[in-house]
Amino acid sequence: MATGKLSFDDLAVTVNVPAGTRIIEISEKIGSGITYGCREGECGTCLTRIVEGAENLTEPSALELRVLKENLAGRNDRLACQAQVLGGVVRVKPG
Amino acid sequence: MNAPRSAHRTNNRELALAERGPVPVDDRVTWIGALDPTLRNFDIILKTANGTTYNAYAVRGSDGVAIIDTVKQAFAEEFLARLEAVARYDEITAIVLQHLEPDHAGALPALLARAPHATVYVSQRGLQVLRALLKDDFERYAIEVVRTGATVSLGDLTLRFLSTPYVHWPDTQCTYLEERGLLFTCDLMGCHFCDARLFNDRVGDFRFSFEYYFEHIMRPFKRHAAAALDLIEPLDIAMIAPGHGPVLRTRPREYITHYRRLITPRLARETGSEKTLLIFYVSAYGATAEMAGAVYEGAAEDADVRVSLFDLQDGDVGPFVDLIEEADGLAFGTPTINGDAVRTIWDLLSGLVDIETTGKLGAAFGSYGWSGEAVRMVEGRMQGLKMRVPEEGLRIKLTPTPEELEDCRAFGRRLAAHLTGRVAPREIDLADLLAR
Repeated sequence: MATGKLSFDDLAVTVNVPAGTRIIEISEKIGSGITYGCREGECGTCLTRIVEGAENLTEPSALELRVLKENLAGRNDRLACQAQVLGGVVRVKPG
Repeated sequence: MNAPRSAHRTNNRELALAERGPVPVDDRVTWIGALDPTLRNFDIILKTANGTTYNAYAVRGSDGVAIIDTVKQAFAEEFLARLEAVARYDEITAIVLQHLEPDHAGALPALLARAPHATVYVSQRGLQVLRALLKDDFERYAIEVVRTGATVSLGDLTLRFLSTPYVHWPDTQCTYLEERGLLFTCDLMGCHFCDARLFNDRVGDFRFSFEYYFEHIMRPFKRHAAAALDLIEPLDIAMIAPGHGPVLRTRPREYITHYRRLITPRLARETGSEKTLLIFYVSAYGATAEMAGAVYEGAAEDADVRVSLFDLQDGDVGPFVDLIEEADGLAFGTPTINGDAVRTIWDLLSGLVDIETTGKLGAAFGSYGWSGEAVRMVEGRMQGLKMRVPEEGLRIKLTPTPEELEDCRAFGRRLAAHLTGRVAPREIDLADLLAR
């Protein structure tokens, strides 16, 4: 099974995860400061800065793109409840 | 027999207020808001001892009329009546929405339905709330997103927008009427204080209301209020027209200075570059107290961390909220009683809604007899407060052994290392995480 490394800058922890894992699945269990509202990609609460490895995440859906725009997200921001790790290394920190 | 007299007085007062028309703010700006003198509770979290006002304004330029905010829906009729006394609906070219909470946007649908030539000006973050508010009608109206620097001309008058998010919603913005030096601020520098005399040099003493409003509405957003003040302070300001309470036309700069004072941290001056860790605990039989002492000892070994230890038993938790606001890290020790953390800990944690806790370090520990759920519960609450909780909580069954107390010291050392950024990076597998 393909795996990736998901690192949380605010905790100095890296978790080895299977491909397809959403950031939300790990960040809450590990205690990261990334917080969630609707958990369905609509509210923008879980805006997360991708410090490294944006290309190792699934592409944003049309809905996520709209929510990112409406929440004035930067080029390296994603919604943690939506983005899934495809492989490689992904480093994140609370947005 | 006091009740009838009191009711009589209130009725007279209400009657007097209801008869009032629009109020000139200057020769081009008119207050067209609403008075709500009987409101006693706002947004659940605020007491409003003498009600509030919902301030909306009409600005008349040589080439158009702008409406700045509206009022709570229940007061739409009063608002529209005041508006009609100063402008025709077909003269309205701009409707500025500085904040879309219902007490300011409640009468928007009624206004939009009457103003055929109006363009709505809203912040980017306000757009999504506006879409939800107008639902299917959203597409019917001319809506323009504005940010800092954008202007709208009313002919001989100019509205300039300032993006001031999170004072106190993501959507909030301010509007500066350049030629008059008049700043519309919505909730910023507002307060719940109902007095039909309207201006700060004429109303009763509203100092308590001003600070109380800040404490409960703006305090969790001090960081954002500071950013807003950075934009506001360089402006030449003749008057501040907020969305609630008195219009600040006399010495407006003093209110800006006062806000700056309210948002400035006090403790930072004394601790310098040191990080601060506050350890709070409650102990039933002394075991959690022993743990707290050991966590304290471990963390205090780090010269760059100033650690404080507080036993919350029999104490009033209110004053600790001030300390927590300026602390870098918090650790809560609680036994598990009836499958829960103890009430004093919850009381303190619930009080943290009044301050910003985003990004602070959090940790929990405690002794237990049977099940030990409290530590996890407190961790969950801290995550809800947007804190980071990097260390898995420390739970010890009954009285800690010397070895377990050493674990507590190590726990304290790791918390200190997280605070100073000197913690060693870790790598774990998903299976280990799931096993927690």
